Amino acid sequence: MPNFIMSYLGSTVTPGEAGNQFWALMYVLIIFAGVSVAVICMNWIERKALAHFQVRLGPMRVGPHGLLQPIADAIKLMIKEDIIPAEADQFVFWIAPMIGLLAAFTVYTVIPFGPSQAVSDMNIGILFMLGVSSLGVLGIVVAGWASNSHYPLIGALRSSAQMVSYEVAMGLAIVSAILMTSMNADGADGTLSMIGIVRAQQAQHVWFLFKFFPLGLIAFAIFAIAMVAETNRAPFDLAEAESELTAGFHTEYSGLRWSLFMLAEYAAMIAVSSIAVTLWLGGWMRPFPNFLHAPAWDFIFSLFPCLTFAGLAAIAFIGTARMPSHSFFKVQRIGLAVFSALLGFIALLLLVIAIAGRSADMSLAARFNEGIGYVYWFVLKVAVFMYLFIWYRATWPRYRFDQLMKIGWKVMLPISLGVLMLTAIVGVLVK
Amino acid sequence: MNPAMNSAVTSTMNAGMAPIATPWFFYALAGLAVASGVAVITRRNAVHAALALIVTLLSVAGLYLMLYAPFVAGVQIIVYAGGIMVLFLFVIMLVNIERSSKERQFNRMWPVGLAAACALMALFVSAFTKGRTLFPDRMISLPESSNTQQIAGMLYGEAGRMGQYTFAFEIASLLLLVAILGAVIMTKKKI
Repeated sequence: MPNFIMSYLGSTVTPGEAGNQFWALMYVLIIFAGVSVAVICMNWIERKALAHFQVRLGPMRVGPHGLLQPIADAIKLMIKEDIIPAEADQFVFWIAPMIGLLAAFTVYTVIPFGPSQAVSDMNIGILFMLGVSSLGVLGIVVAGWASNSHYPLIGALRSSAQMVSYEVAMGLAIVSAILMTSMNADGADGTLSMIGIVRAQQAQHVWFLFKFFPLGLIAFAIFAIAMVAETNRAPFDLAEAESELTAGFHTEYSGLRWSLFMLAEYAAMIAVSSIAVTLWLGGWMRPFPNFLHAPAWDFIFSLFPCLTFAGLAAIAFIGTARMPSHSFFKVQRIGLAVFSALLGFIALLLLVIAIAGRSADMSLAARFNEGIGYVYWFVLKVAVFMYLFIWYRATWPRYRFDQLMKIGWKVMLPISLGVLMLTAIVGVLVK
Repeated sequence: MNPAMNSAVTSTMNAGMAPIATPWFFYALAGLAVASGVAVITRRNAVHAALALIVTLLSVAGLYLMLYAPFVAGVQIIVYAGGIMVLFLFVIMLVNIERSSKERQFNRMWPVGLAAACALMALFVSAFTKGRTLFPDRMISLPESSNTQQIAGMLYGEAGRMGQYTFAFEIASLLLLVAILGAVIMTKKKI
């Protein structure tokens, strides 16, 4: 049924709303593949960035500048022996990584990469995201218990206490952002839908980060801290604190099961970053969509994806030129040149799309161009957060457990409650 | 189901996405809820029972979704599956599972439990048979997209009018506040 497939392409709603199962499934597959590739890239970038923070080179051997290192790692993990401890609870040990992975990937159904670039737009979108991502902790807790070993158990206990405490402050910060969606000039209702939240920011001509300055900023800061704790990342990575607990909750895991935990962790990091981008940073919107609103500006901003890839190609090309001219580096040099050419080709492709789709009519090229713009700005904002995660890890030492609890309950919770009340008061006064 | 309500539901379905294989989803979710509910009380290992309880709670959340109550479903997942069950597991993990699973049950309360279960069963059966007249049937025609607003209207009131359940809601929150204070007092030796 090609009609069934083609008819959706001109649509301006998500496949879930349009009731188009084929494109819903396609979007699920695209997002799953995209997130998996993003996790692989993130793995490489994290290792390289951490290394450069510590004045090391990081992976350099597998492929030019270690570009193929994640693939080598993946192959190693897949063929590694998968050990289940004799005293472990077999079934629970087996199911624990699945719980984490399932929770991390299920939230992507409602993440809006664009006004129609999402699997579905639930009217409880943000609630759904919070609920499902809070299930991820069950995987960690259950994994720690099923290992039947001391370090994992301590890691699991820490993790559950940490999650429960930081979810409170996180939830209150989110509520104050949702409250802002109801403060429309035209008196429209507030919304919990992820797409609706971005549309509210568009209608109010402001990112919620800057609304009621500094209230939006404080709520965002609280969320930004809590989301690091929610994903068990440094400086809140007490659940896996390698200097105290060997590897924390996944000490007894090896091979593919361990890699599933890592995949879930990175997928959850991207998911919480997406929540932050959607709630406070205007989601898919490009900078100044209302202020710089003219066809010329639209065209200039639609060149950004092309320019990004052209810049990456240039960096790769400089790397090729600067490769030592020893015969040992010959293969690496060719590899990097091919990579540079590939990036350049993508840039060219994006340029063609941007020029072909620059008219604001409803032609397929224009729609496609628009879609690329939305996804580009969303992914760019998420990428900033992903880099921040690495930066935090390189910069800050790990908290002690009592400090963690103190910050969660005695600092973040009162501040987020205060921000929520002030937001409500200011909102009523402004209205 | 009266015809007017039926058409209201159908129009909601046509406006949004048409549900597919609805009875199958219901039977799958209901079956899962019952099966995992049985597992909760039959597993001797407390962690397995807790995991089964999570499955029950999630499938009940699915049933709420089928009743066009997405907000309740979301809250069910956040509060019960995400929050309370994590605390349950937190406590259960500290128990010596092997010893406690081999231990013989020493209370003799099963007649009371049986009586309570029978009473609950009778309540459900009577609600099922007489439910048509007991409950206002307009509730079911709530459009899915404004479910959250409808709940807010009932709890907090709208247009300057007190909501239908405002008083009960406030009483419940007071009760929870008392419980929170009680917990703080019990854990703190000196306040």
